[in-house]
Amino acid sequence: MGLMETFFNLDVLHSSALALLEGLKLTITLGLTSLVTSFAAGLILVLGRLYGPMPIRVIAIAFIDIFRAIPLLVLLVLVYYALPFVGINFSPFWAAVTALSLVASAYAAECFRAGIEAVAIGQFEAAKALGFSWTDMMKDVVLPQALRLVIPPSTGIGISLIKDTALASVVAMPDLLKQALQAQAFYANPSPLIGAALLYLIILLPLVRIVSSIEERQKRAAGR
Amino acid sequence: MTHQKATQPFIKITDLQKFYGQFQALHDINLAVEKGQILALIGPSGSGKSTLVRCINLLEQFQAGTIEVDGIEVKEGRNLNKVRAEVGMVFQQFNLFPHMTALKNVAIAPVRVRGISWEEAEKKALALLERVGLSQHAHKRPSQLSGGQQQRVAIARALAMEPEVLLFDEPTSALDPEMVGEVLDVIQKVAETGVTMLIVTHEMSFARRVSNRVIFMEQGRIIEDTPPEEFFGCGPKTDRAQLFIRSVLQGHPDAGLTAPLQVLED
Ligand SMILES: Nc1ncnc2c1ncn2[C@@H]1O[C@H](COP(=O)(O)OP(=O)(O)O)[C@@H](O)[C@H]1O
Ligand SMILES: [Mg+2]
Repeated sequence: MGLMETFFNLDVLHSSALALLEGLKLTITLGLTSLVTSFAAGLILVLGRLYGPMPIRVIAIAFIDIFRAIPLLVLLVLVYYALPFVGINFSPFWAAVTALSLVASAYAAECFRAGIEAVAIGQFEAAKALGFSWTDMMKDVVLPQALRLVIPPSTGIGISLIKDTALASVVAMPDLLKQALQAQAFYANPSPLIGAALLYLIILLPLVRIVSSIEERQKRAAGR
Repeated sequence: MTHQKATQPFIKITDLQKFYGQFQALHDINLAVEKGQILALIGPSGSGKSTLVRCINLLEQFQAGTIEVDGIEVKEGRNLNKVRAEVGMVFQQFNLFPHMTALKNVAIAPVRVRGISWEEAEKKALALLERVGLSQHAHKRPSQLSGGQQQRVAIARALAMEPEVLLFDEPTSALDPEMVGEVLDVIQKVAETGVTMLIVTHEMSFARRVSNRVIFMEQGRIIEDTPPEEFFGCGPKTDRAQLFIRSVLQGHPDAGLTAPLQVLED
């Protein structure tokens, strides 16, 4: 068999395309669900960490540190295989969402914190002097500026998160990687793996490019 | 908002002490401001002028003494935002919201704090921008405006809350010299409406023109509290104030050392 037939077998690719696309759909659903939950949780975490009463701050700091330290794969296995022993059963999908979100929310919180701390103190003071409530000050003045500053690093977190969805295949999620592995076994040919790799690249490469160009633009704007 | 008896001052500061860590920035400040008075706060840099005005809306916490605005004590808690809504502030660095147009900068506080509709707030905001000569620039972002224009938007933003008191902390110190005049003119026009004002400034001729009371501070204390005619006219009472005036005027390119007070005649 030639190199082409081995790694780029069109017949195999064609027959496994449907399964790969199913897997891709699941990967994207898993990625987006985790992205939304982790960014929402990250926002709550950072507000608790910066502005909460002391016990909340301590809890938020501990949470952020722990989930940035633990390997995602270990956490995923814990959630899926260990929690059932204490009666907590997640479906593979929600086990993956939980593990991914716990870790990504910790990173998102740190990223948002950098953004909030970069907002000029005068912005807080102007809002306070006008009589804004704390909530309005954050919602209308601070967060819009903070989040704009952290678009590139938060997109980076999003990219890592989508990449990390591949780990979900270890909890029997039929995601893109799992589908490719099954197809490879079924056809005894690695072409589906190549196909899967290409699909990952197709979603992630543009995102990587976008982050770089936003960073460039922000750097130029800052230098002006 | 007029709960106070006619005899009570509008702003009443009693035995105020303010520390930054170990350093005492304000000593025994007692100050009563009547409604409609216009105070010029002057004094060397580091004398506590900014700290004093920032205590009035609690942008700085103080350690002892009390401040009352319109009979409401200024302290953390429910009433703080009520006080802040009545006390407008204009900052040296403008502090406009960079992600909003000039119009939204002016309109947003009445919507969020007073609860009026966006439509009404924008109508009022446009009228205010007109008043500070910027109606053509309503839809620009702060970054598209000159320093003088930004400061005028900031004044309109403070006015939009229809405050009883306006605090100005060196409103022209961050401006290029050619823009100082346009901002001072706007402040003067606002002063003529009868709103109570406290203005920290190094613009002596402006202070003389606009104020009806001069507060001279040094090392965290109020050293003099006199009418401007007295302070600038026959010379300040204390040696320190004399010295300060002289040094400010020495920095003035037109000031002759022999007749230091003449430039103040404008
Ligand atoms: N945030 C701060 N931390 C510590 N010291 C401060 C702070 N702000 C002001 N000070 C000190 O307090 C004194 C009064 O400052 P300030 O009110 O800014 O003076 P002014 O406005 O008259 O120039 C100065 O000695 C200054 O160094
Ligand atoms: Mg100052």
